[in-house]
Amino acid sequence: MREKFIYVLGLLGALALVANMYNIFLVLPDEANQGAIYRIIFFHVPAAIIAFTFFFVALICSVAFLAFKSFKADAIAVASTEVGVVFALVNLVTGSIWGRNIWGIWWTWDYRITSMFVCVLLYLGYLIMRPAITDPTQRGTLSAVLSIFAFCDVPIVWFSIRWWRTQHPGPVLETGGLPHNMAMALLYNFIALLMIGTALVLVRLRSEHVQREIESLRRLALVEA
Amino acid sequence: MVAVDHVWKYFGDFPALRDVSLTVPRGACLALLGRNGAGKTTLLRILAGFSKPAKGTVTVAGAAPRDLAARAKVGYLGHGIAVWDELSAEENLRVFATLYGVDRAAIPVWLERVGLLRVREGLAREFSRGMRQRLAIARAFLHEPELLVLDEPFTSLDDRAIALLQNLLRDARARGASVIMSTHQLREALELASDVVLLKNGRVAHAGTRTQEMLDDPSWLYVRYGEG
Amino acid sequence: MSGVAAALAIARKDLRSELRSKEATNAAVSFALVILLILSFAFEPTGEETHAIAGGLLWIVFAFSGTLILNRTFARELQNDALEALIAAPVPGWALFLGKAVSSMAMMLVVELVSLPVFAIFYGVTLVWTVIPVILLGTWALVVVGVAFSALTVNVQLREVMLPLLIYPTLVPALIASMVLTGNLLDGQTFSGDNITWLRLLVGFDIIYTALAVSLIDIVLVG
Repeated sequence: MREKFIYVLGLLGALALVANMYNIFLVLPDEANQGAIYRIIFFHVPAAIIAFTFFFVALICSVAFLAFKSFKADAIAVASTEVGVVFALVNLVTGSIWGRNIWGIWWTWDYRITSMFVCVLLYLGYLIMRPAITDPTQRGTLSAVLSIFAFCDVPIVWFSIRWWRTQHPGPVLETGGLPHNMAMALLYNFIALLMIGTALVLVRLRSEHVQREIESLRRLALVEA
Repeated sequence: MVAVDHVWKYFGDFPALRDVSLTVPRGACLALLGRNGAGKTTLLRILAGFSKPAKGTVTVAGAAPRDLAARAKVGYLGHGIAVWDELSAEENLRVFATLYGVDRAAIPVWLERVGLLRVREGLAREFSRGMRQRLAIARAFLHEPELLVLDEPFTSLDDRAIALLQNLLRDARARGASVIMSTHQLREALELASDVVLLKNGRVAHAGTRTQEMLDDPSWLYVRYGEG
Repeated sequence: MSGVAAALAIARKDLRSELRSKEATNAAVSFALVILLILSFAFEPTGEETHAIAGGLLWIVFAFSGTLILNRTFARELQNDALEALIAAPVPGWALFLGKAVSSMAMMLVVELVSLPVFAIFYGVTLVWTVIPVILLGTWALVVVGVAFSALTVNVQLREVMLPLLIYPTLVPALIASMVLTGNLLDGQTFSGDNITWLRLLVGFDIIYTALAVSLIDIVLVG
């Protein structure tokens, strides 16, 4: 039952994505200043929003784990964080390609990209620390605390880097205001990517569940021996 | 003094403690027996306030083990000696005196009792193993705890330290303190114990007073419950 | 039992222990000097550009050599299982944290006191009194985050590797603020205009993270 839901969700997301891509690449006109490359915005911007959505979900689940000791919450936290990091990387890579096309350089240190990079590092630390803790309860507890620290840092990082950039101006990736048909395309792609992202989180949840069962069976086997 | 009520503790999905209930009245000495992995250390760590049970309640002197009021009354002796190597014996005890709100005047008294007064200014890292153990004992008893939680205290103690510990435990019980200790040194522990609990795979397999049979044959309990 | 007395006892104990072994501060001071040396190869020490980035370089030295001290904060308690005794003692979590933070702060200041004049000499920088509050605030940010994460990783494998990985991204706002402020102040600027905003950011960061660390320390140590 659950598996079917994941497949359906993923399929719907993929179909929506294909439909969107048709729209984005073949229907919408080129933008005045940037030419064809601006189309990357339909992936670049939603990826960022989705990444932070999943980081926020991870925060909620982390707090839930600390409050209720629910391992389900812990599993959702790690799954969301992983998928969030993937989308953050999509944002970084598309931003890099965009910058290369517009400015001729692969990395522009634009304040948003820099901040996103710091966020990726924050959550990469979370993902690297988790396997280093063997006891599941301790793993959940420490990861939860780390997730809280990380999410609290996100707004501070954004503000500080943005403020720094106003004093050390550099290349900026202009997103600007969008005409209606483009704004709608952005929204549709956001929904499509969100569906795919959620499907990925659910898949990851299952593998986390299986992993934990294996761990506990192993522990049980060692004791009986 | 201590009430453990239907406590469960998990490590992931693995239950280390299953529905454990026991009480330790004032002045009693409970010997916690069981194979390695039976859950003895897990239970003692909960009593000392290092971890929390997943289900069930634990009260120490009427409060949760993590409460400051409860912690002030508990003396813990674990596997490590829990003293700082770069500090002298006296300085070590002075830190714990401050943490437990004990008058400094008690320090030389305790150093004397564990036979370390002469070397009070020696650094802990210069001590022999036996001296370090005795310092650890002083640390655990310094604040005249109402509950002593001892995890395999007789393992790796030399004869002098074992005799010292046995005397201190008797004195503590005489003034109304309770003791709960896990042990593999059945003879020494059963001599002191008033009650015995056997843990098997996280469950309480046997709980009762210490009987003459146990004294005569320290491994009686293990044999009875098929632990070999 | 007064939490403050407990915090001071813990800080005093850490400092006394460190004074006798000097394990962390020696390593940190040496490391700071080594970093200063290596940076001198990367950036021409008396050049114009280097003067402009002096603030940044100084905080690189502090931040990197600082991990050697911050890593030891809770790791030193693992010896002999002393950490258990501290957790079992009737010390409120905030007192344990503050005691550790104060002792780490003192050790960091020792390292900075040594490396600051060396830095001024190597890079031809004139020190001004106004950098003192910035160094104190910035170091406190390092210490608060470092001690909190030291507690977090005390039982984690690969602790020494994990700590820098975790604290540097978290410290980005504080490091930026400290670097910019130090650079501006060394350049002759005063606490006005933009510098006030940076100062506010640094103070805000310190307050938020001190509050976070103090409230979460019990969960981190006991679970």
